[in-house]
Amino acid sequence: MSAIAVSAARRSQDLAAAWAFVRRHVLTVYAMLGFAYLMLPIGFVIAFSFNHPQGRFNYVWNGFTFDNWKHWDGVPGLRSALVLSIEIGLLASLLATALGTLIALALVRYRFRARGATNILIFLPLSTPEIVLGASLLTLFGNRQISNVIQLGFWTILIAHVMFCISFAVVTIKARLIGFDRHLEEAAMDLGANEWATFTKVTLPLIAPAILASMLLCFAVSVDDFVVTYFNAGPRVTFPVFVWNSARVGAPPQVNVIGSVIFIVAVTGMVANVLVQIRRQRSAATV
Amino acid sequence: MGESIVLSAVREPQTQAPPVESTPARVKTADVRLVGVTKRFDDVVAVDDLSLEIERGSFFALLGPSGCGKTTTLRMIGGFEQPTEGEIFLGDREVSGLPSYKRDVNTVFQSYALFPHLSVLENVAFGLRRRGVKGKDVQTRVRDMLRIVGLEGLEGRRPRQLSGGQQQRVALARALVNRPRVLLLDEPLGALDLKLRKQMQLELKGIQHEVGITFIHVTHDQEEAMTMADRIAVMNAGRIEQLGTPTELYETPQTAYVAGFLGVSNLIAGTVAGPDRVRLHGGPEVRVPPAALAGRSGEVAVGIRPEKIDLSGEHENRIDGRVVESAYIGVATQYVVETPCGRLIVYSQNTQPGSGPSARDHATTLSWNPESTFVVNSMEEEPK
Repeated sequence: MSAIAVSAARRSQDLAAAWAFVRRHVLTVYAMLGFAYLMLPIGFVIAFSFNHPQGRFNYVWNGFTFDNWKHWDGVPGLRSALVLSIEIGLLASLLATALGTLIALALVRYRFRARGATNILIFLPLSTPEIVLGASLLTLFGNRQISNVIQLGFWTILIAHVMFCISFAVVTIKARLIGFDRHLEEAAMDLGANEWATFTKVTLPLIAPAILASMLLCFAVSVDDFVVTYFNAGPRVTFPVFVWNSARVGAPPQVNVIGSVIFIVAVTGMVANVLVQIRRQRSAATV
Repeated sequence: MGESIVLSAVREPQTQAPPVESTPARVKTADVRLVGVTKRFDDVVAVDDLSLEIERGSFFALLGPSGCGKTTTLRMIGGFEQPTEGEIFLGDREVSGLPSYKRDVNTVFQSYALFPHLSVLENVAFGLRRRGVKGKDVQTRVRDMLRIVGLEGLEGRRPRQLSGGQQQRVALARALVNRPRVLLLDEPLGALDLKLRKQMQLELKGIQHEVGITFIHVTHDQEEAMTMADRIAVMNAGRIEQLGTPTELYETPQTAYVAGFLGVSNLIAGTVAGPDRVRLHGGPEVRVPPAALAGRSGEVAVGIRPEKIDLSGEHENRIDGRVVESAYIGVATQYVVETPCGRLIVYSQNTQPGSGPSARDHATTLSWNPESTFVVNSMEEEPK
């Protein structure tokens, strides 16, 4: 009777301890699983950039080598595709951010006709399926009158990329402008700065972080884009298009090399950013 | 006290807005002059046909509740808003229509509006650099000004690393370093706690004496205005109710609005019964200074400040009453006294040892000196 009671008590104690353990660690375990789910494919990409594949397909581990990294552009067409992607990315992020800054300024600062409509239309490229965007743009560029002036290629890719990048730029910069104290600009003018000086000395430095964020975001979105580009590239090949083309016949491990580099650059940038933030907070806290 | 009442009583009484005087002699000393300025935002009239002259080197306050048009008036002088009608002069120069960067005026904003991306030094130097002041001159002038406002050694800090009071001083230094003709202060002490506010009030007044620049100060705090300003314009619904020295406004308010906005006052309705007499409704006849009556007849309201009423019947104007409430607050005791003319508030200074609150229901006779009486039109309503 008492033995049963004791063992029951112990069992319930054990249960409670187990439950406490689960409660304490369930979030950690869950987070680690989620992290693994996210990181596994990237791990494979990086690992297989060191593979020495047999045959055309880079799917089976066959031995470690640095060859792919040494001869990263040893595949015909890869270098030119990469260069084109970077060119388009830089130009598109620059143009889209410049236009997006002006649009965001107009949307936040002024009341005008169709302001509400503009606010909604700006989101349209973000919410429209890319396949629809790409196809519609092809219809536009394929139009006889237009294709007489501009043929599918570098410029059509650039126009398409600027178009969908503007949305990202506007959203990013608008967020910063909404929290902007207008009195700062009044104070600048009060102190003798004309409109241009006020913009360059006060407005621009204060929204610079958003402008930088917008450029990075636009660059990432542009370099990454496949669907819209594929429709409107004509004979030109960007890096994602190159990957697609080569994947059909067996992607070379050099594609993994480029992918790994992109990943490492992005992560390094993020870590650097976090470190800078921590240092800034420390310097502000020491006062 | 009595003297100032006589002096101010001699002044011609002001009715609504003060008269627009534009005699050349006046214009010469006026640093800021507003002539018939109106500002409309769509259908709302924020400032209504306002005329005003502010003397060079004076500390001038625009006082009123929120929405009375005081900030809009200030913003029009600063060039952040343009008047719908009327003219604004800085000295002899008509400036309405000019942007703020072309006006010799600097502003201390309510939010301070310090540039967060610049150091204290660069914040203060901003105006000098825009004016093309170079190198060493900038450094010297900035450091001099930071010394005046008591911020030496903080040149390298960013605004967010400063306390509220320090930020306020930077804002002040940033404006004053340009040696403007006029300094505008938009509720500059609103964000500070009470103790710091009191301290800054006296400091601001000291700095104004030191630099000799005309200060125009916007506030809703009557005590702050009275502490700092040489002259105060009490504003209501886009107009100036009364303009004068703090003493004039307190001792001889021209309207019930002014009487109610500056301090506490007892207003008793009555009928004019002679050149210096008013019969209080439901009560006795009292004597008032003829100048306070200013030729009014019929229905008026007689005003007495609570501290001018005596709980003993030793003055000429008397009224019987009964204490219904008393509160001992150390320096004085506040009474609420029920009289035939309604409830009156009385402040009695506790100057004698052992003076304390009289018992409730204590019957008393209130009395006051006729010279302490002011008269306002009875039609007007007290604010809030």
